[in-house]
Amino acid sequence: MDNLQILLDYPIFSAQLVIDGILIGAVFALAAYGMALVWGVMNIINVTQGEYVMLGGFVAVMLGEAGVHPLFGVPAAAAVLYVLGWLLYRSVIFRIVDRDLFISLLATFGISIVLQQLMNTAFGGDVRIADSGLGTWFWFDNQVTVSQIKVVAFLLVLVLGTCLVVFLKTSRLGQAIRATAQNARAARVLGIDTDKVYATTFALNAAICGATGALVAMAYTIHPYIGLPYTVRSFMIVIIAGLGNLPGVLAAGLGLGTAENFAGFLLGAEYQIAFVFGLLVVVLLVRSKWLDRKRQYLK
Amino acid sequence: MLQFKRLVAASAVVAALAVPGMALADDVITLGSAISLTGKYSTNGEHTQKGYDLAVDIINGRGGVDVGGKKYKLEIKYYDDESTPARGAELAERLIQQDGVKFLLGPYSSGLTKAIAPVTEKYSVPMVEANGASRSLFTKGYKYLFAVLSTSEQYLASSIALAAEKAGVLGKKPGELTVAMAFENDPFSQDIRAGVMEDAEKFGMRIVIDDKLPKELNDMAPTLTKVKAVKPDILVISGHAKGAATAIRQIAEMRVDVPMLAMTHCDSAKVIKKFGAQSEFTLCASQWAPTLSYSDDYFGSAADYAALFKKTYDYDPPYQAAESSAAVLTFADAFARAGTLDPAKVRDALAATDMQTFYGNIKFDETGKNIAKPMVLYQVQNGQYVVVAPTKWAAAEVVHPRPKWADR
Repeated sequence: MDNLQILLDYPIFSAQLVIDGILIGAVFALAAYGMALVWGVMNIINVTQGEYVMLGGFVAVMLGEAGVHPLFGVPAAAAVLYVLGWLLYRSVIFRIVDRDLFISLLATFGISIVLQQLMNTAFGGDVRIADSGLGTWFWFDNQVTVSQIKVVAFLLVLVLGTCLVVFLKTSRLGQAIRATAQNARAARVLGIDTDKVYATTFALNAAICGATGALVAMAYTIHPYIGLPYTVRSFMIVIIAGLGNLPGVLAAGLGLGTAENFAGFLLGAEYQIAFVFGLLVVVLLVRSKWLDRKRQYLK
Repeated sequence: MLQFKRLVAASAVVAALAVPGMALADDVITLGSAISLTGKYSTNGEHTQKGYDLAVDIINGRGGVDVGGKKYKLEIKYYDDESTPARGAELAERLIQQDGVKFLLGPYSSGLTKAIAPVTEKYSVPMVEANGASRSLFTKGYKYLFAVLSTSEQYLASSIALAAEKAGVLGKKPGELTVAMAFENDPFSQDIRAGVMEDAEKFGMRIVIDDKLPKELNDMAPTLTKVKAVKPDILVISGHAKGAATAIRQIAEMRVDVPMLAMTHCDSAKVIKKFGAQSEFTLCASQWAPTLSYSDDYFGSAADYAALFKKTYDYDPPYQAAESSAAVLTFADAFARAGTLDPAKVRDALAATDMQTFYGNIKFDETGKNIAKPMVLYQVQNGQYVVVAPTKWAAAEVVHPRPKWADR
């Protein structure tokens, strides 16, 4: 517990951990929101989430290497991934929309492996980064540092999230998406082209993850096999926050990011990911207790 | 070049058909190798293959190897192991059983070597390998496995020795230094960790951080925050290319000040190209450097090798290529000294190897690992890798301590 002592002696480092946790948590939250969208509307748990993030990162890296500022990679990655998501829906996903959860898990898992391997074959397993050219703010004699690109990423996450909510609440398509999520059959009866809604939702999620990936490539690092942690964390955030609840997703994302950083500091990096999985089990247990109680109440 | 080889191969076939008893084939020593030409190790697999080919070409260019008064040309039979250990073992079996190959060159990576070594051992086929550094390869009592490279536990141990040597600069004794370690949680990086621990213990240094990085992690912020809090004298990091890239980026971003920062895989992470000034003053472990003052009869000096490689393949030789060439030289030397192509005799000759190559000195201990060549440490100085340790072969003085970020 030496590490705890350090935090107690120098509380300033807690501030550092919280800041880093919040900044990375926002990135997790964005990918998680996309997952919640697909899950809520199509009843598909998309485990390709992390691979979309990876692909988005590669778009930003490619742009950076071509001399374009990688910040343009955010819209570019969103556009590229939107098209990819749409194509995937038209080729694979539409076949599994109404099937049970197991089939969709298998299918998206398969897609994620294919994407990983394709990227490995095309670009090699090397680590890549996109350089945003932004610097670092630092306070208290360099003891607290905040990388500017992470702040930019954080703000972009907020902007994108807000745009999404507004889109879903006000636009015709957004309303159609929400109607389909509530009751697909009723939506069809009322003349909504649910197939189109599904395609859009799936593509939209890919675009969101693509934008996330571009931010990850600028703030962290990216390689063909980086996807899994993003999928796992998305899943966890959605479990905590529930579907279709953006403030909840954001709060859960920030909380997870912070908790993870403290776990990494106190227990050592080797337990950081283990902590995430441990937390997932706890959350699932608590959630099921919750639901049990609700059911009893309904009776 | 490829056409030329085809021509040679074709004429060999024609000659073999024409002359009963395959007289020509008798003048060739065939070495076999399963090598990663596709899959995740394909880049380094290619470096390995080029290293082998270059050495074979230069030996054959000199008329081949003299074995018991008769000249033999060398030839290598390759198979692609697709970067999968199971396939590697299968191919080794095929090389030995079906193709009748009596001598093997190693594959790329410790994992593949681990899969192939039991096969060569079973058939008593000598294997000289250049790209399997894992310590566990040399604890199994293999008799037919020889490695020209430094094993993994030596990778960063030299940084500890260097820190001890320079402890006075910080106004401390070696025993007062503190070490922070962050190593990925895989066998290779943990081998390196074991080596660092051993050396730190020898000097009586204290380990203040010992983090094992999960392989999924691309964020080291918690570990680096801890480094800022406990202010160690040395920070040692190893986590393949991803670890190196993540560390360089975040150490600069978070302005982590440590007197000495040492890591592995700087070159495969291309830290100078990607991070520029942020990578400055980082110490990087390497098997070999073109500026070292070793030399041999075939290639000349290390610098000559680098020039020849660049001329042939149009890029600078990574150490994976250099050590692969050295493996072929080692075989050639052993064939000549054995005076016969009997695998058991060649094995004994290999065990008695004591030579200098452009890559470094080669002398095997009883477990088959090369104990005569130390790892080198580069430091990034003005955007260049400069050899700073071991001091005997060094081209420049190490910059120590690293300037603080605030002063840069």
